[in-house]
Amino acid sequence: MSAVLERPTLAPEARKASLRALDTFPKRLLHNAERFGDRVAFREKEFGIWQEITWRQYLEHVQACAGGLLALGMRRGDVVALVGDNRPELYYLAMATQALGGVSCGMYQDTLAEQLAELVDFADARFVFCEDQEQVDKILAMEDRLPKVERVVVDDWRGMWRYHHAKLVRFSELEALGREFLAREPDRFLQEVAQGRGDDVAIFCLTSGTTSLPKLAMLSHRNLLAQGENFLAVEPHMSSQDEFVSFLPFAWIGEQMISYTLHQLVGFTVNFPEEPETAQRDLREIGPHFMFAPARIYEGVHSAVTVRMLDAGPVRRRVYEAAMAVAGRVVDAQAAGKPVPGWLRALWWLGYWTVYRPLLDKVGLVRMRVAWNGGASLGPDYFRFFRGLGLNLKQIYGQTEIAGISCVHRDGQVRFWTMGSPIANTELRVTEDGEIISRSPSVFLGYYKNPEATRRALRDGWLYSGDTGVLDPSGDIILFDRSEDIITLQDGTRVPPRVIEDMLKFTPYVQHAMVLGEGRPYLAAILNVDFQNVGKWAEDRGIAYTSYMDLSQKPQVLELLEGLVRETNARLQPGWRVRAFVSLYKEFHPDDDELTRTRKLRRRHILERYRDLVEAIYAGADRFRATVTVRYEDGRVATLHPTLEIRRLAGDG
Amino acid sequence: MGAGVPLVDVVLDVRHLTLRFAGLVAVSDLSLSVRAGELLGIIGPNGAGKTSVLNCINGFYRPQEGRIRFLDRDVTRLLPHTRAALGIARTFQNIALYPHMTVLQNILSGRLVHMRSSLMGCGVYWGFGQREVLRHRERVEEIVDFLEIEAYRDARVGELPYGIQKKVELGRALAMEPRLLLLDEPMAGMTVDEKLDMARYILELREVRGLPMVLIEHDMGVVMDLCDRILAMDYGRKIAEGPPEEIQNHPDVIRAYLGEEHGLAEEVAGR
Repeated sequence: MSAVLERPTLAPEARKASLRALDTFPKRLLHNAERFGDRVAFREKEFGIWQEITWRQYLEHVQACAGGLLALGMRRGDVVALVGDNRPELYYLAMATQALGGVSCGMYQDTLAEQLAELVDFADARFVFCEDQEQVDKILAMEDRLPKVERVVVDDWRGMWRYHHAKLVRFSELEALGREFLAREPDRFLQEVAQGRGDDVAIFCLTSGTTSLPKLAMLSHRNLLAQGENFLAVEPHMSSQDEFVSFLPFAWIGEQMISYTLHQLVGFTVNFPEEPETAQRDLREIGPHFMFAPARIYEGVHSAVTVRMLDAGPVRRRVYEAAMAVAGRVVDAQAAGKPVPGWLRALWWLGYWTVYRPLLDKVGLVRMRVAWNGGASLGPDYFRFFRGLGLNLKQIYGQTEIAGISCVHRDGQVRFWTMGSPIANTELRVTEDGEIISRSPSVFLGYYKNPEATRRALRDGWLYSGDTGVLDPSGDIILFDRSEDIITLQDGTRVPPRVIEDMLKFTPYVQHAMVLGEGRPYLAAILNVDFQNVGKWAEDRGIAYTSYMDLSQKPQVLELLEGLVRETNARLQPGWRVRAFVSLYKEFHPDDDELTRTRKLRRRHILERYRDLVEAIYAGADRFRATVTVRYEDGRVATLHPTLEIRRLAGDG
Repeated sequence: MGAGVPLVDVVLDVRHLTLRFAGLVAVSDLSLSVRAGELLGIIGPNGAGKTSVLNCINGFYRPQEGRIRFLDRDVTRLLPHTRAALGIARTFQNIALYPHMTVLQNILSGRLVHMRSSLMGCGVYWGFGQREVLRHRERVEEIVDFLEIEAYRDARVGELPYGIQKKVELGRALAMEPRLLLLDEPMAGMTVDEKLDMARYILELREVRGLPMVLIEHDMGVVMDLCDRILAMDYGRKIAEGPPEEIQNHPDVIRAYLGEEHGLAEEVAGR
């Protein structure tokens, strides 16, 4: 009884006023459960059928989870780490955590056990939600490094018939516990929600830091909700009748922004694919009205379409090429601000009904009102491609530290080379050093337990991005690259590598490209061939190969790549041309620290890891004998010595 | 005995089985039994008669001698489809699916033994037929979920990778809701990852559903890891029977399997 008495409670009037303020997510949910009631909040595909969850049910689940967490001893301010593919359960628990004044912290589901343990421990999480056995195994394997974790909530118990660990709780048990708890204290949930304030920390969000250890950005309810409102003010493209497909990691700020923040603000339906492998198909079944995705998704769609067209019969291919030529001309005219002549518009219209629209339909984008590209920027070639098809693709610019978005392209003013202009209530400036800084109600509270990094990023209320850019006369921001990534060649030429990499990747055959040359006389590139597409290309030509390593070094493949590099060089000024390249024997991978979990290059790690190769390139060698250690799943270790050919291109391109 | 499934400890009991093709003796005086919830492995060199034993159990072959009892019922004289209806399901060494049909259709075909409505009833569809179809689809979806093949539902089986086809075949056998599952080299030709997956399904079937199984498999590591008991055959005869550790070091097994010099333990260690 004493515990109940000690708990600070609000008088009924104060409670009502607090709940009306709608300044936290749980208050929003209470409001929405009333406002939308039996409308569909989530749809999840299970057993091949889309199962619907209404707003009222959403709230009921959140209440049950919150009760369960209380029963397990959760206190205000506690952190709950969440790992798994996107499922409604993840959202219930995140919301329940916040309802109790706690902080939800999404983790990337493909994180290796050690890194995951490090993050969970660093976040001081007392509770961890694991979607399935895969995640549970990681946590249990690292148990001795996770002394602060008290309970592990598991959604899918499959395969765990022999797991009797005392810390494990089934999700269904958690909810049952919660219903019991709330039957005893029916007022408790509202009481807890009413105590929440907009300035409370709502989430820890992993920043996709391309250097060293990831950082946990603390974002308040106010930060996130302001973000959503300021974005909606300039992008009124969403309605409560819309469909959205949630297939990107919950830990990513972009996903938080749409399927958590905007979901509460707008009230559209969030759909969860059955499995990651079925996402493409499920996307097509739903036909979402908008999408927010990182560049790799658009690159993937483009590459899939291109490969299919290369495979098509000559007639279809001609029609496609002709239609794409028309599309390109229309987009170029629009981008240059010139009027599109009537005959060209007529041709585009014809192309739309015969080629573009069926094509968009195949990839599930036909109903899409707007598609935003976030994270890394997307090369101009991709913009031409998608906009030519009639997809309203726009660039977004922002950081996790500003809750995701600070700039976006405006309708009718989509200039591919810019990142758009600031959203409502957001200021953007470029410092004398060329660094982009911004200020808005969404600028974060700081990094968790990292005052030094916080000091560097936050100065006088301004967020220092670490990006180099300039303001376009139109007011749009032009991003060069991460300041630290810009390459200075021996002769002082400054080159943003991303621009060249985007051009190199604009073919289905190159998966990743990294341009290097800091302090060197010329630029070189390390290329990753796309295993699937180059593999198919090789099969079509009767070239036999055994593995990625083998395929990547086939002379024909190197010829193919050389042609692509030549084409790219022809479009670049002489100082920016790539003079040497290698086709790497393996794909860059996050598990090897070569990419971030959002698939951005970790340049410093790559340069470190392939230092000998880089030296060989600049020493003028033609070949490089690499040493590769392979660890097989059964624990055996083997050392291989693939020989890489270093291809060189003449200075004139 | 009350209603429902008879509670028996021994699910399958084979006594003195002998199978001859003209002059050739494929199986000779072989006895074996499978207990409830048990996973029995059958090993032996090529041509030892392993598949013939399975073919006798599910009724493809008629043995000249011996008796086969399944769930306390003599099934020696019954036809294969009758035995299937009683609950004996199997997969094949060489995939035997309908290559032009989709994954769902293939698995659904395993439900045929449980179809109650007549051809006419199905033709009319509405009413009983519809309810029945929905019920069967639900069971099929549970299997699709179990085998994690959601991404292939509507793909034609013939166009799928080998490892997936093997899963579909297991799925079709499971669709029969068997009380005994015969697996003929379910992991042959699979990659390491696919084998691990298949081992996981087999374990789950035993641990969670308590499904008794007979497994023929050449990968000794798999057999030794998974099986409760192993029966070793050579030239149609049983040469040893017992728990994995015992079989692994049994002198007759070592001789039959690998010639004189090597031990089976070496092969297990060297996988």
